[in-house]
Amino acid sequence: MRNGATLKFGGKEFHSRLIVGTGKYPDYHTMQKALEASGAELVTVAVRRVNLDRTQESLLDYIDLKRYTLLPNTAGCYTAEEAVKYSRLAREVGMSEMVKLEVIGDQRTLFPDNEELLRATRILVKEGFIVLPYTNDDPVMAKKLEDAGAAVVMPLGAPIGSGLGIRNPYNIMIILQLVQVPVIVDAGVGTASDAAIAMELGCDGVLMNTGIAGAKDPVMMAEAMRKAVEAGRQAYLAGRIPKKLYATASTTMEGMIE
Amino acid sequence: MQIRLNGKVREVAEGITVRRLLDELGLHPMRVAVQRNLDIIKRERYEEVVLQPGDTLEVLTFMAGG
Repeated sequence: MRNGATLKFGGKEFHSRLIVGTGKYPDYHTMQKALEASGAELVTVAVRRVNLDRTQESLLDYIDLKRYTLLPNTAGCYTAEEAVKYSRLAREVGMSEMVKLEVIGDQRTLFPDNEELLRATRILVKEGFIVLPYTNDDPVMAKKLEDAGAAVVMPLGAPIGSGLGIRNPYNIMIILQLVQVPVIVDAGVGTASDAAIAMELGCDGVLMNTGIAGAKDPVMMAEAMRKAVEAGRQAYLAGRIPKKLYATASTTMEGMIE
Repeated sequence: MQIRLNGKVREVAEGITVRRLLDELGLHPMRVAVQRNLDIIKRERYEEVVLQPGDTLEVLTFMAGG
């Protein structure tokens, strides 16, 4: 049973098990409020060209680095070489040895290219990175990533931004039993119950972006997700009742009148 | 002299260092990564690396992303 009080990996410790992305918000101000409402301590960012138009606002002006830890991603990378390059650039920007490793295999599903992902993981682990690979729900792959030195494995619930929730809870349960590292569901969360379900399965955390940023009220949804992750975690630790085919009454027959 | 900066041609002074260019662009060296012709330039070297004509420079930072 994964019953640690905090989320621990790569020599770091987090009290919040909800990791939130900074992309796709209507504006930076809403993003800032949503991050606050989510209670997240770890937030993802992308590595991209600086905007040379200095009149434009910049993301980092809206993120309090004393409050949040940044987790750079390698979004948009389709090969191990690209992902490794972006990881090194991310480390150079600074503020993090961690990388959310994404190596995409297909443009429409944004599913990972696991072969390239594994290659990139091996290279980056050797270079001292704390690697959090975004993968699918294949337990064999999850074990390979762990063996390659990934600090965490991050199986997708459903395609990025699809909002379809946890498509294969059974595979995720197998992954939870097969690997020792934290398992964080990343991608596909659409609403609060999806996040709660992931946590009820025993996952160590949930990572989401579109589920919050794309909601009609991102700040309210961020708060809902915070509660959902907490509730799901608590339900897991509390030990649910088993599922049964037939009823068992909650009220005794004793003391009934004739 | 001309260099390529973030995908666009730019006119810069001869002998300009990476650091001077960042200053000119109003960028804080602590918030960026610099790649010159496919090599990542470490921050400690910004003041000593002198750009050459035709250099391709990428200056990156953290932007919004999931």
